[in-house]
Amino acid sequence: MSHYYESNDLKRFGQIGKHQKELADKFFDWYGAATNTESALTKREKQLIGLAVAHAIQCPYCIDAFTQSCLETGSDPTQMTEAIHVASAVRGGASLVHGVQFLNSLEKVGA
Amino acid sequence: MELTAINKQSTEDSKHVNRTNEVLPRFNFNRHVKEAGLDLKPLSIETLQINVGKLCNQACLHCHVDAGPKRTEAIDRATAEKVVEVLGMHPEIKTLDITGGAPELSEHFDWIVIEARKLGKHVMVRHNITVQFDGNPVTGESKAYLPKFFAEHQCEVICSLPYYAEYFTDKQRGRGVFQKSMDGLKRLNDVGYGNEGAGLVLNLVYNPVGAFLPASQESLQADYKRELWEKFGIVFNNLYTITNMPIHRFKHDLVRRGGYEEYMTKLVNAFNPIAAEGIMCRTMVSVNYDGTLSDCDFNQMLDMPLEKRVPQSIFDWNAEAVLNRKIVFVDHCFGCTAGAGSSCGGATV
Repeated sequence: MSHYYESNDLKRFGQIGKHQKELADKFFDWYGAATNTESALTKREKQLIGLAVAHAIQCPYCIDAFTQSCLETGSDPTQMTEAIHVASAVRGGASLVHGVQFLNSLEKVGA
Repeated sequence: MELTAINKQSTEDSKHVNRTNEVLPRFNFNRHVKEAGLDLKPLSIETLQINVGKLCNQACLHCHVDAGPKRTEAIDRATAEKVVEVLGMHPEIKTLDITGGAPELSEHFDWIVIEARKLGKHVMVRHNITVQFDGNPVTGESKAYLPKFFAEHQCEVICSLPYYAEYFTDKQRGRGVFQKSMDGLKRLNDVGYGNEGAGLVLNLVYNPVGAFLPASQESLQADYKRELWEKFGIVFNNLYTITNMPIHRFKHDLVRRGGYEEYMTKLVNAFNPIAAEGIMCRTMVSVNYDGTLSDCDFNQMLDMPLEKRVPQSIFDWNAEAVLNRKIVFVDHCFGCTAGAGSSCGGATV
């Protein structure tokens, strides 16, 4: 193993059921139903959410997969970039909003 | 890497040798067809598709024709007349589908349209929208008259628009093409094209800007209709989604990026027997600018005529032989059978 992350490993994801098939099957069924269906949200919208989350959790496999699936459900790079900004803004905001705790700590010591 | 080297490499890539040293197509389309229990014989000759030449005012990234402003291959009058003669001989050929290059740049284009319409044929034109503004890149002749000409002769107009926004469209078709396309589509709308019930049909074509499969035709059409109407006041009838064929300019680009194998694998893995049943070569024949007959425009561009037993030129036309031919399938045919399928009329499923 030369790298912890190998792009070809994504194609082997299905093998995760090798030692526990039942749980893997449940996961892949649920994953497919959640991300790959037209329902209250369109498939295209779900892929954009997936791409955004992939960036928030910084998963290279997910970024690769959701970039493809966003393109194949009709999004363009502008829309995809905006989705990434939403994720980044929420993630940045989550850090910054903790500044209120910092303010509380300052106030507590009278600073 | 030079294009010739890429071409040689990609040709070698696409073949392998079996135990008896017979060179076989690498991805073996015929085996997939057989395993799916399909027998893809011709069903009819409803459409005659003619490629009138390779001259184009653009040089698009995905173009399977390798068309451009410097190409000189063009139909001559004798071939144009033979096409019209064949149309006249066969009432069962309902449609003439004219493509190029930018087909409007052929000096015989207008004549072919007029004569085919006189015969009562449905005429489809693969119209390059920007030619309305650019004109002929060689002679400078204006092509601004085209929307009125199409309307006067009741042509079905089919235009490539890779996306409903600028970035993808200009990336594939060249800088400034999106804005020109919006202007050209408005000119088509102004003469009546695209309005439901008006009888003047304007269809758009989406194809992916890159090595991926098209989105669902239905959902993309809804997006195109909403965006083009809300942002530009443009209407059209149908959107056709077409898969990029791994040949010529697009294949060269794939090979250059190291993505040819991956793209072919994607197409092969997405082989859909239902889409295969609806492939366009079962109901049409393609005519090259010099009269050579092929199963489709893609085979034609690879200099692959009809199978050897069948007359290979329109000057030796034999409808019965053409209808009873064995269609020539090779690796790029996976482009027509992937996912929801792909044809000159969009998805086949």
